[in-house]
Amino acid sequence: MSETIRQLKDVAVVIRSKNAGPYELTLDVIFENVNIYKSVKATHLFNREMIAGLYGIPEEDVLGVIHYDPAHAIKVTLRRAVPSGGIGDRDVYGAQQHAPLLAVAIAVPESNAIP
Amino acid sequence: MPSTPSQTGFAVLSPTAILGYGFPDESLREGMRRKPDLIAVDAGSTDPGPYYLGSGKSFTARDGVRHDLARLIDAQQSAGIPLIIGSAGGAGARPHLDWTLDIIGEIAHSRGDQLRVASIPSDIAPAIVQTALAEGRVEALRNVPLLTEVEILASRRIVAQMGHEPITEALLDDFDIIVCGRCYDPAVFAALPVMKGYDPALALHMGKILECAAIAALPGSGSDCVLGRLFNDHFVLEPLSPERQFTCNSVAAHSMYEKSDPYHLPGPGGSLNLEAVTYEQLSEGRVKVSGTRLSPTTPYQVKLEGVRPIGFRTVSMAGIRDPHMIADLDCILQDVEARCRETLDDAALITFHAYGKNGVMGSQETVQHPAHEIGLVIDVVAPDQVGADAGCSLVRSTLLHFGFPGRLSTAGNLAFPYSPSDFSAGEVFEFSLYHLMELTNPTALFPVESGALPRSGVRHE
Repeated sequence: MSETIRQLKDVAVVIRSKNAGPYELTLDVIFENVNIYKSVKATHLFNREMIAGLYGIPEEDVLGVIHYDPAHAIKVTLRRAVPSGGIGDRDVYGAQQHAPLLAVAIAVPESNAIP
Repeated sequence: MPSTPSQTGFAVLSPTAILGYGFPDESLREGMRRKPDLIAVDAGSTDPGPYYLGSGKSFTARDGVRHDLARLIDAQQSAGIPLIIGSAGGAGARPHLDWTLDIIGEIAHSRGDQLRVASIPSDIAPAIVQTALAEGRVEALRNVPLLTEVEILASRRIVAQMGHEPITEALLDDFDIIVCGRCYDPAVFAALPVMKGYDPALALHMGKILECAAIAALPGSGSDCVLGRLFNDHFVLEPLSPERQFTCNSVAAHSMYEKSDPYHLPGPGGSLNLEAVTYEQLSEGRVKVSGTRLSPTTPYQVKLEGVRPIGFRTVSMAGIRDPHMIADLDCILQDVEARCRETLDDAALITFHAYGKNGVMGSQETVQHPAHEIGLVIDVVAPDQVGADAGCSLVRSTLLHFGFPGRLSTAGNLAFPYSPSDFSAGEVFEFSLYHLMELTNPTALFPVESGALPRSGVRHE
């Protein structure tokens, strides 16, 4: 099947970051379109190496990448370089660390391409 | 199994995501029409950072909490059902508990009622943690440094997250209101149905969703009421305002929220396992959930939270519009810091937040070209407020008049939006404990204190 390339921000309905406790940061990507979710999951696009590259951090700081079928979602958990509210922290709630995900290129099956 | 199986199940009303965030009167009325067996509400979070546990202050406003509580007490009194509050005052330590009890006392006084109130403090004496540490009963959570005596002794306050068991103890007596210190968020929703024989796994999973109230509905809201109905082998979530509904996806997605693993949700004494959970859409925006399992952890563990003071902060905010300065900003800030270091106390910590250039993401920023203007926050933390004020003043004045190479704007480098330009921000804390501690008895550290409010002889103005 032919594919088109879209940015994640155009095919996901939620792209967010938040603290998971004061020492970790968690990134959520939720898809409304199940087929797009399944195709992203099948390609293993989201993995520790890819996230480490995207955020410019060592791979060991990417604690987990989980594909969560019940919500058609991908969850990525990162080590916080500075615990929430510590000296030098830039985001106490961790709510604005999602931006690098927005432009990730996603190959979308043609039949599901969003015009 | 519950001793008295019921067609309507055990109904729990959750009014709002955090006590003080508010809720519409009409949603509460709709919820009360559905005859709940319990009103439960969470008041806490570590999200606002370490300051609130350290300072003893609430991150919610007193007026907001009073407004919510007055309406909930009204509903509780009319229906004759208990009201249970978790993680009182946000951080759930003694000052937060007392603050909440004081507000309840005020409300009781103005109603002319005597309310029977239990409170369950969760403050943990340093000696208890020291003993546990010495006996090898303390474990660091992932990414958290190993605990030593130093952190324990340096902590201003330590609390432990209680499970549902201490609340069950309090429920053995007849109270109108139970106010808990730091508490596992779902516990206030689960304690009473568990006591009545319902499945703890389902009760806690339902509590996990109800603790955020309508955040798990569509459209999501942190300030609207929802209802959960617990049955023998499932639970049902019901929206209480016409513009909202639960969907399978909104409920499933919620178990990701602020969690590192959506399938396994650890709590005191065990971990909820959501691997086999199924969601079924019902009419009227309701969703049926079943299949939750609970994997007990042995021995029983509770999470400790502690913070320690690290100094006092002063900040100054200013804008930068000069393109030469923006182009060379990193070097200029480095040079200014080095210049200030010559006179500043070594203990003073200087941090710059350059909004418009990596202010939010720091070294993880992927955009490499700065904006045409920069919002700069100068942040100085020193051992006392006088030192922080002096440090911030020095950094601000040095940067204001710093003669960087190629400078044309020789009258000043900073645009201050305010006079005064500097703000004393008070004491600063950092997390010192975020560890698991083993307990032999889930109720041992959480005594139930009881009394009537308003207290006789105490006048509430």
